[in-house]
Amino acid sequence: MTLRMDPQLMWLFEGVLAILALSSLIGLVLKLRVRSDTGRATVANLNARIRAWWVMSAVFALTVASGGLGSLVLFGLISLLALREYITLTPTRRGDHRTLFWSFFVFTPLQYVLLGMRWYGMFTILIPVYAFLFVPTRIALAGDTEHFLERAAKTHWGLMVCVYCVSHAPALLILEIPDYEGRNANLLMFLIVVDQLSDVFQYVWGKLLGRHKIAPSVSPNKTVEGFVGGVLTATLIGTGLWWATPFSPHEAAGMSLAITLMGFFGGLVMSAIKRDRGVKDFGTVIEGHGGILDRIDSVCFAAPVFFHLTRYFFSP
Amino acid sequence: MKHEPASNIHPVAALIAGLARLISGVHARWLDCEPGSRQRIYFANHTSHLDAVVLWASLPAEARALARPVAARDYWEKTALRRYLAGRVFHAVLINRNPQGSERSLAAAQAVMEQMVAALADRSSLIVFPEGTRGSGEDLAEFKSGIYHLAQKRPDVELVPAYLEHLNRILPKGEVLPVPVLSSATFGPPLRLEPGEPKRAFLERAREAVRRLRPS
Repeated sequence: MTLRMDPQLMWLFEGVLAILALSSLIGLVLKLRVRSDTGRATVANLNARIRAWWVMSAVFALTVASGGLGSLVLFGLISLLALREYITLTPTRRGDHRTLFWSFFVFTPLQYVLLGMRWYGMFTILIPVYAFLFVPTRIALAGDTEHFLERAAKTHWGLMVCVYCVSHAPALLILEIPDYEGRNANLLMFLIVVDQLSDVFQYVWGKLLGRHKIAPSVSPNKTVEGFVGGVLTATLIGTGLWWATPFSPHEAAGMSLAITLMGFFGGLVMSAIKRDRGVKDFGTVIEGHGGILDRIDSVCFAAPVFFHLTRYFFSP
Repeated sequence: MKHEPASNIHPVAALIAGLARLISGVHARWLDCEPGSRQRIYFANHTSHLDAVVLWASLPAEARALARPVAARDYWEKTALRRYLAGRVFHAVLINRNPQGSERSLAAAQAVMEQMVAALADRSSLIVFPEGTRGSGEDLAEFKSGIYHLAQKRPDVELVPAYLEHLNRILPKGEVLPVPVLSSATFGPPLRLEPGEPKRAFLERAREAVRRLRPS
């Protein structure tokens, strides 16, 4: 494993480290100062989230720094775990068993293998075309027609969101951008940092100033104040990171805005699914955050759009 | 066949339990029941070949060292690998499944009881599936009377109900390849045979105790 010592990537890592250290400090101060019981619960959850952020950042930084293969493996595992959480919450029937086996152990790994092979044409159609046709065929062959369309649609939707969409984050590594060779990991870092900071600041601004709920029937925690504050703060930070990207400051601002808006939509849609299924979180693996899918819901929507914007405008 | 008491965990058992935990992502919940190392009879719903190993894997280590699954002899003695897994690795108590009703089956049922009572006398805990066979996962079948007789013979051993969720989605009857859906094992408050409680009523109460643990 060769650790990439790209100086800009190092600065990004150091920036993340500084933010984490500052967050832990704030968490400690809040813990010492909070008095009320509800406040204590909120701060305990906040500190659990910050601890989990340290772990997630370390894992992400290590894999990004280890080069392309590490990122493929990491995002491949994230896709698998996210799909697992999604399918667990989706009622399936006995007749879906083989289809699900294919989804987990053939289509998911294959999507990332195609990235590793840099076979872009196949990467973009494997799930929207081949899995799309395979899923209903396999279910039909199994012979159970009860709720047929729903079952085919739900399985395919899971593959699209958890595998196809997520795989567009590491796909940034195979984009060919003139005068930017060997630095694509910075783009992946940019996407994840802006996207996740947007989530964090929407949470922070929402807790501090949140008044007007955006979609109370979908997600009671999303407020106009949190949304605007989070999007603006993350866009501002993203703009400030233009030096690590192939973008000018203006372009970095536009890209950051696209990432944060798509991220918000992703969170909203995933909340709607959780509401429909009557659960609060997709899982329990990340302390304070819920499941993997709860953490990456924004990435699912932001990654493909950011990928295609970058590809369209910056990769001839 | 004489089995040594399951006082230590076979390395292959530990490996299989680790794999089962990875595939099933099992999350153990203990409701009004301490996950201690006391001698117990765990009884659960049965939908998958993975049930026994997943239930076993979700016990705390010290309880796991005591617990022996009760399994069907006709299935587990069919091949050398199964014999090895059931006998050496998991120290299973292998019993004859008895066709009910006839005179011979009464003697067979008694022999089965003696085996289980002997295992309990060894200070082992037991893992049993009172439905007798794997179901589809929709509802629990009627319980066979084994646990009633065990409760009669050993009123001092706690009967702990457990509900295994989603194992039928991970490896349903008739499939060999698993799908890694997340599962859970919910353990409930121990059950006791009330003085003078009729068999039918006790078995229904035991079945209800498992059914109640089903996550909504």
